[in-house]
Amino acid sequence: MAESPSHAHDGHAHAGHGAHDGHGGHHEESWFVHYFWSTDHKMIAKQYLVTGMLMGVIGAYFAYVFRMQLAFPGKPVPGYGLVTGADYNALVTNHGAIMIFWVAMPVLIAAFGNYLIPLMIGCDDMVFPRINRLSYQIFAISAVLVVASFFVQGGAFGGAWTAYPPLSAKAEYSLTPAGSSLWLIAVALEFVAFLLGGINFVTTAMNSRAPGMKAFDIPIAVWMIVIASILFMASVGPLIAGALMLLFDQMIGTGFFDPDRGGDPILWQHLFWFFGHPEVYVVLLPAMGFVAEIITTFSRKKMFAYKTVLATTFATGLLSFFVWAHHQFIAGIDPRMANVFSVTTVLISVPIAEMCFVYIATLYGGSITFSVPMLWALAFIAEFLLGGVTGIYLGSSGADIYFHDTYFVVAHFHYTFFPIAIIGSFAGMTYWYPKMFGTFMNEAWNKLHFWVTIIGFNGIFLPLFITGASGDHRRIFDYTNFPELDTPELQSLRVLATVSLLVMLVIQPVFLINFFYSMFRGKKAGANPWKANTLEWQAASPPPHGNFPTLPEVYRGPYEFSVPGRDEDYWPQNSPN
Amino acid sequence: MLDLFMLQGSSFAGSIDSLVWLVTFIVGTWFVLVEGIFFWLLFRYRKQDGVKAEYFDDGREHAIKHVWIEWPHRAILALDVIIIYGAISVWMEVKMYVPVTDETIRITAQQWAWTFQHAGKDNKIGTADDIILIDEMHVEVGKKYLFELASKDVLHSFSVPVWRLKQDAIPGRVITGWFEPTLAGEYDVQCAEICGIGHGIMPAKLYVEYPEKHAAWLENPAPMLASSNPQ
Amino acid sequence: MMRPIATTRSATGIPTGRLAVWWVIASEIVIFGGLLGGYLLHRFGHPEWATAAAHTNTMAGGFNTFVLLTSSLSAVLAHAAAEKGEGPKAAKYLGLTMLGGLVFLIVKSFEWTYEISHGYTITANTFWSFYYTAAGLHGFHVIAGMVIMGFVAADAMKNRELQRVELIGIYWHFVDLVWIFLFPLLYIAK
Repeated sequence: MAESPSHAHDGHAHAGHGAHDGHGGHHEESWFVHYFWSTDHKMIAKQYLVTGMLMGVIGAYFAYVFRMQLAFPGKPVPGYGLVTGADYNALVTNHGAIMIFWVAMPVLIAAFGNYLIPLMIGCDDMVFPRINRLSYQIFAISAVLVVASFFVQGGAFGGAWTAYPPLSAKAEYSLTPAGSSLWLIAVALEFVAFLLGGINFVTTAMNSRAPGMKAFDIPIAVWMIVIASILFMASVGPLIAGALMLLFDQMIGTGFFDPDRGGDPILWQHLFWFFGHPEVYVVLLPAMGFVAEIITTFSRKKMFAYKTVLATTFATGLLSFFVWAHHQFIAGIDPRMANVFSVTTVLISVPIAEMCFVYIATLYGGSITFSVPMLWALAFIAEFLLGGVTGIYLGSSGADIYFHDTYFVVAHFHYTFFPIAIIGSFAGMTYWYPKMFGTFMNEAWNKLHFWVTIIGFNGIFLPLFITGASGDHRRIFDYTNFPELDTPELQSLRVLATVSLLVMLVIQPVFLINFFYSMFRGKKAGANPWKANTLEWQAASPPPHGNFPTLPEVYRGPYEFSVPGRDEDYWPQNSPN
Repeated sequence: MLDLFMLQGSSFAGSIDSLVWLVTFIVGTWFVLVEGIFFWLLFRYRKQDGVKAEYFDDGREHAIKHVWIEWPHRAILALDVIIIYGAISVWMEVKMYVPVTDETIRITAQQWAWTFQHAGKDNKIGTADDIILIDEMHVEVGKKYLFELASKDVLHSFSVPVWRLKQDAIPGRVITGWFEPTLAGEYDVQCAEICGIGHGIMPAKLYVEYPEKHAAWLENPAPMLASSNPQ
Repeated sequence: MMRPIATTRSATGIPTGRLAVWWVIASEIVIFGGLLGGYLLHRFGHPEWATAAAHTNTMAGGFNTFVLLTSSLSAVLAHAAAEKGEGPKAAKYLGLTMLGGLVFLIVKSFEWTYEISHGYTITANTFWSFYYTAAGLHGFHVIAGMVIMGFVAADAMKNRELQRVELIGIYWHFVDLVWIFLFPLLYIAK
């Protein structure tokens, strides 16, 4: 618990002071206004990025504690102590919730969306800068609340990130009266923050593009963040309503989800997964966007079949609204409904596979440099493929009878979410670092960090496919109660996963130190160190307030690399000839 | 695939395992193929001195797209149909078509224990000679059972890995299903849906017995775990 | 704060403010959609809710529907005035709209007082839970709309930011429309 109190204090300071400080309308910005009350999209992006990284440290710490408990059950975990069943549940619940809502969302969508959209479409800020600032502040409060839920009476909520009622609805079942409500309020606030941010992103990208930038001149990263924001807006509504109902069930004793009083616990599952499945694509798409920018730049190739990427994205987004019940095959829904959802779920592999093929085809005929961002982008494709194909097992209703709620599911979605949230974020951070801070990170340390992280990641989750197939079910704090699972073979796989996690965690400070050290001591980067085409590279590094000396005009698409007959192998979007 | 990791203990375990093999063959082939092409491209098109990347105009891109995208696209669609067919037929066998069963067993989940109500000697559920046991379930090899699953408080999930059987229990509803054990032995029953702080300590013991032994147990249905499990 | 140039652009041809309001409404539609979808699923499964619904006051609900529709009309008139650049007149019509919202809320509070005092509280059964939650969420939107409208009217009085009159009007029509769905579902269907 070492990090959390200090973080909670920090976060509170942002939100609390902010509320008293009134309007920052002066040109002479004070230190406080500059860092905490700015309406500049780049500063808000950095606020999101740093908050997301801090929350990532907390989420990783939780993972460390519960993996240690699984590898060495009943032994006190260094830096935590004994892990009880209640602790374990609270840790896995909040690990999941934090990694998705407070790491993947803020870093991939909010930080990069804020940073990249105005720069990539060639304008000076978001269309609603103050709403943008408000969105971060609500987000910061939600982050403080979710961390604070560990310090209230009864402890943090432990009913899984899916929060299925009646367990989540009644304190007599969950035994966390304050923690459940605090958690739910934090999640709901986070949704509100991202709704505000999303409206801003979509409107900005629709209306504030540079003159000459037509729909198909928009970089794929911007398209992806915008489509993700729309997916989020269209899917989260029912869950906001559901969260309100669940909150009423918890706090004033309504019975929306209480079967004893005419309610229906399955209704929550529908509301949750109607959001929960599109949510996977909400975080996937921005990561796919970053990868598109990176692989084109470092293979000096035009994006292969740009329009096919968009078409498959739309198809995936649309289909993602019709697959939610594959999370509920064995939850007691009508078995005929399971057939319908099995069909839609397996079919979603078609557009997603096609998107992966387009990305791989982009490499064909290229001239590939294995820089650090490129390594991350390529690792994303290689690892995400495994996450994708293992999804087919779970979408096949007949096989899911067995796999549901086993570690196979855990391994599967970590092979999607880890590439998305961690590999995708590292790809984005290393690629745009020179733009954000005007300096390079140390490449040798970054490569070391890359390889250890990738090996560690595979070392964690490959064994978990096997333990899952052998019957390990999820959210169990101690397998010694199950004779079939308490075997030396399975235990050694669990230990392997934990040791791999330790290896992966040990290397992360290398990145963090590199990240902060290079801001001040790194080699200076010019405006366009990677020789890329998109507009953000035509601004200074780091871009000043207002971004461009004169706002650019756009003459061509974003991926005109290696055009025959030109001396340079790149052709910026804003260069007239 | 799953048969590599554990026994097949029910009539439909084999079907589920075959489906898993089918999916493994199909997606495994694709996975290896795609990763192979991917790494080959990385090697083949690594940056070399004096070699410039190619620029595809629309015509060239279209031709490549035909081979690289459209044919794989159709192949995936066709293979998806095969997987869906397999998935749904297994699903129907396990979850939709309940055969004529020999006996009924009532399973009730609560925080954090299982109650099994066996029909007893008269083979009828809900009569005086029902055998009610906590965390202990006895069934006979080769008999088809109907189960009625209920929960007293929160969601639970009745899961028997060797049978490849899993079904959530929902308070306020009785969910039925069936199974036919084919392998005698002692197995684990798990709760596979998070149900509170005791979720990790909610195992039950399953005894699958040959007819003679089962008949003997019916005569003297003392809980076998009574000493170790004092609920 | 200097206004960014971004706010002055309009690549789609639709003013940015209007575009944003439409996106707000789109995300609100799914919130109410989820709530009402959940309600309908329950309602079909529970025919006995009709007896509970019989205790709602259809007359009061009908009157409120009329009040809201009228307030939408004055919002349209405010927009028309703003188009002609007549800020104070627009502000006056917005004031009428807010008055409509106030009457709506007062009628609502009498209704709720009566119902609660007769034991039909939010925890009485799931019908009443939905009744109070859906109408309450809608009422919250009415209040939020009135507050924003107050600011817009204050600006309009001084002939400032007249384009916002239209925006708050669009939002108000949406709030009105939600009620058009709630009224038959909660009051009439018995």
